[in-house]
Amino acid sequence: MIKAVYSKGKLVAKTGNEVMAEAMRQIEPDVVAAYPITPATEIVQIFSQFVADGIVKSKYVAVESEHSAMSATIAACAAGARAMTGTSSQGLCLMWEMLYIASGLRLPIVMAEVNRAISAPINIHGDQSDTMGARDSGWIQIYSENSQEAYDNMIQAVKIAEKAKLPTMVTTDGFIISHCMEVVELYPDQDVKEFVGEYKPERYLLDTKKPYTLGSVDLQDYYFEHRYQLAQAMRDAKNIILDVAKDFEHSFGRKYDLYEKYQLEDAEIVVVVIGSAAGTAKVVVDELRAKDVKAGILKIRVFRPFPVEQIVKDLAHVKAIAVMDRADSCSGAYAPLYSDIISSLYSAGIVTPKVENYVYGLGGREINIEHIMQIYDNLRKIASGLQKPSSQVEYVNVRKK
Amino acid sequence: MKKEENRKLTVQELPVGDIVEAGTAVNFLTGSWRSQRLVWDKDKCIHCLTCWISCPDNSIKIAPDEKKTAVVTGIDYDHCKGCGICASECPVKIGAITMEQEKK
Repeated sequence: MIKAVYSKGKLVAKTGNEVMAEAMRQIEPDVVAAYPITPATEIVQIFSQFVADGIVKSKYVAVESEHSAMSATIAACAAGARAMTGTSSQGLCLMWEMLYIASGLRLPIVMAEVNRAISAPINIHGDQSDTMGARDSGWIQIYSENSQEAYDNMIQAVKIAEKAKLPTMVTTDGFIISHCMEVVELYPDQDVKEFVGEYKPERYLLDTKKPYTLGSVDLQDYYFEHRYQLAQAMRDAKNIILDVAKDFEHSFGRKYDLYEKYQLEDAEIVVVVIGSAAGTAKVVVDELRAKDVKAGILKIRVFRPFPVEQIVKDLAHVKAIAVMDRADSCSGAYAPLYSDIISSLYSAGIVTPKVENYVYGLGGREINIEHIMQIYDNLRKIASGLQKPSSQVEYVNVRKK
Repeated sequence: MKKEENRKLTVQELPVGDIVEAGTAVNFLTGSWRSQRLVWDKDKCIHCLTCWISCPDNSIKIAPDEKKTAVVTGIDYDHCKGCGICASECPVKIGAITMEQEKK
């Protein structure tokens, strides 16, 4: 249950989609270009209603596909506007080509993304396959455990994107967060507007006094340097995200980091997880802690850039780790989060924790307390040497012989 | 961004996001792509400038005449790709622009 922490805040009951639309209303970007029907959730539809009702001054561009949505958002941003969009699932897939152009041109677009499964088979429910597929597109990715985080992350994303000059997507788990009503603390419009400030790009295409070419051909002689700059910007973005989090805490009282540590300090068995399942895992950890089991959670908030240096310090002392992925990479090896955790640990020379990979919740499959309890039970056996860690991906709550 | 001769910019010097100075298309001679060459008949031309406004590569040259009215003065063959839009847009009754096979 969310408690009010800001003196001028207001507790309201809203769905994840509604609060993301609320954040967009308060940010009031210059341009929103979107394709506001399935696979997108109602975020941009709600926002388009704000535009139609004259509540915001934003220009809304209704386009014929997500490829066009991202193209129009890129164009608006390059022209000098603060531009936002939103999508899900197949919609993100259709944006694919343009995602790389947004990051390559270093345009600070902010996107509200609801994590939904990718077809086929057709499924609209929650899993993170869509954004996990876009993990190498040069977009900052911020995941949310609940509606409050989704709202707070959206507000922070504007500042992060504009400081880092990187497009940023804020995600929620489809249905579990996007369509569920929760208590959320909203901040006054004026305070949010002051926090995000006015967008003042250094250069923009509509500035006729300083004409320039954007997005020209960049062959063997310069492409590599530009891609290096992009990769470096992603590395540098970690500090920017932390700075914005500090500003945010100063303004509104909520504390954010690249990831959340829940009972992690002395933990011997740890689950690493992204998104709403962290909430379920917290209930399990509370039960285990009541029985003096040293269980903890590391919840990834920022998956791109990946907090490699920080994470290894917090996981070095752990005996057994379960990395839970709500996406399968079909790589023939392991799922995305696991691969990043393993390479972080190994590259820092930390090889003592036994690490397992669990894929769960694809297409909105239930992930309950008992499933996560089972994972912690396995970790306990592994930590005490009774059981060897699995050498392959384990699938949670899937029917198989 | 100004490139010094014989020295390419480093990661630190390059403006981010593939930004270069305006008007770089001038340095890129796309005329070599041409398989069809436009032929402009100066005597037939009524200087309506339809070709000039239709040309995607700014390859119809214009200049003010003695009455300070813009007139067509020639073709920029360094950049004309020979797309033929000008020939098809030139008024039918005038027919001042025709396309012919580019000679090797």
